[in-house]
Amino acid sequence: MISDFSDPAQLTNTAVLKAENVNVYYGSNLAVRDVSLDIPRNKVVAFIGPSGCGKSTILRCFNRMNDLIPGARVDGTITFHDRNLYSKALDPVEIRRRIGMVFQKPNPFPKSIYENIAFGARINGYQGDMDELVESSLRKAAIWEEVKDKLKESGLALSGGQQQRLCIARAIAISPEVILMDEPCSALDPISTLRVEELIHELKQQYTIVIVTHNMQQASRVSDLTAFYNAEATEKGNKIGYLVEYDNTQSIFHNPQQQATQDYVSGRFG
Amino acid sequence: MNRDPFIEGDPASATSQFKVNLSGRYKIDRIFEIATWAAVCISLLVLAALVVDVLVDGLPRLNWSFLTSFPSRKPEEAGILPAFAGTLWVMVIIAVLSFPLGVGAGIFLEEFSQDNWLARTIEININNLAGVPSIIYGLLGLQVFVRIFEPVTGGRSVLSGALTLVLLVLPIIIVATREALRSIPDSLRLAGFALGATRWQVVREQILPLALPGILTGTILALSRAIGETAPLITIGALTFIPYLPDNLQSPFTTLPIQVYNWVSRPQKEFHDTAAAGIIVLMVVLLLMNATAVFLRNKFQKRF
Repeated sequence: MISDFSDPAQLTNTAVLKAENVNVYYGSNLAVRDVSLDIPRNKVVAFIGPSGCGKSTILRCFNRMNDLIPGARVDGTITFHDRNLYSKALDPVEIRRRIGMVFQKPNPFPKSIYENIAFGARINGYQGDMDELVESSLRKAAIWEEVKDKLKESGLALSGGQQQRLCIARAIAISPEVILMDEPCSALDPISTLRVEELIHELKQQYTIVIVTHNMQQASRVSDLTAFYNAEATEKGNKIGYLVEYDNTQSIFHNPQQQATQDYVSGRFG
Repeated sequence: MNRDPFIEGDPASATSQFKVNLSGRYKIDRIFEIATWAAVCISLLVLAALVVDVLVDGLPRLNWSFLTSFPSRKPEEAGILPAFAGTLWVMVIIAVLSFPLGVGAGIFLEEFSQDNWLARTIEININNLAGVPSIIYGLLGLQVFVRIFEPVTGGRSVLSGALTLVLLVLPIIIVATREALRSIPDSLRLAGFALGATRWQVVREQILPLALPGILTGTILALSRAIGETAPLITIGALTFIPYLPDNLQSPFTTLPIQVYNWVSRPQKEFHDTAAAGIIVLMVVLLLMNATAVFLRNKFQKRF
């Protein structure tokens, strides 16, 4: 059931996250309209589309980071293991532990590499051996060999690519189920990008990953499924994003159903 | 034309759409460099003249007995001890009260409060309070702390004086705290929240340690302002002649600037020299406080 996603109807069975008719507003402006999609377990889902199409906005709905933006409002339903993510019964702080996030610009804390990993575990009441957790997280993020002799040094002393892998290690240290990545490679050079992509391949054995990217080669390299978003301008001049097409990555790139998708992935616009 | 000759084949020179005029632009550069340099010199000269004048008048009067004596009708016997002690009392009370209140209010306004009309009203008012003349705080202190709360404060006491000055420095500390917090990039807050931290965990573990040097600097600069304040303390009725030291919060008191003001306003020339010696003491205390601010800032910033 998990292996074949050629039939999108099958996705629902293993969906970790499910969005149904989601609209996101900033103040009184509709930013994204009517998005419905399922994120299946242990898959990499890529969100692609032109700037302003709402792919990052939808991503931030999944761990309720939009709550932190004044005036942001989400309606429609987003479920996490079939429980409403926005119900009063679920706490955003607990949600964010189970649904981690990696940001566009590497943002390690200006503390030691060790502390960067330990912080999330400590605040979430981790009871195990901290040294072990730090090592295993750094190993999983494929950065252990590079930093094992300088755990006490500042995370900011690392290169951009290493910082981003440190941020990934920090995210997986608190055992999330889902990792949301918001253009994680856009500030990295091609070699660092490649290493992060290899890492994503390994991580999907254990985690469900949603990645926003502007790089279509990246989407085709790392993802199992791809969602293409587009934006339309309103009369007032702001943009409203919407989901055009969501299918497995092969289909999106080689046999898209929508003309807009075809135009975008072949580089004819955007 | 003062054209730079060494780059041949500049297409702009053929069409001459650009008047590069390098020498003219450098001339303006130079003029402004000299102007800003002159501004520095003038302010330093004024400061140096003041310091030299005070030192010349005051140094001969400055000795151990001046620091350990009580005021006197005879200028050669007058000392600064009660004023010095009063200033210490007042500063300690101000620091103990204003730091937690000001930093707490700053953290609330910057990190916790929603951006609504109430928060904006408070913000505007605090910014305005930072600019209110100190005599106004003196009048407020006189009514509230000296009269209404007399059973608690004991009237014209060291506590009333300190509370009045706390009102004066609170807005400055709040504004400094907010500036320090605002300078910490949001990406660190988001990183903390994304790891399942609560707001306070993010503030305590990630934001406050980074903002602390700025907060401490702002606080000590605010205290430096309080130490020189005279008008509000005179308004609430701090005494200018006390032959004893304050020994509890309800004691009458005087402070260095009041003592200096008192000596300067006397007719005898000798008292003016005594005042100069008092100013030196005040300046040394002030410099020590500012040095502490610099020291703390460097100490906390070195970590990474």
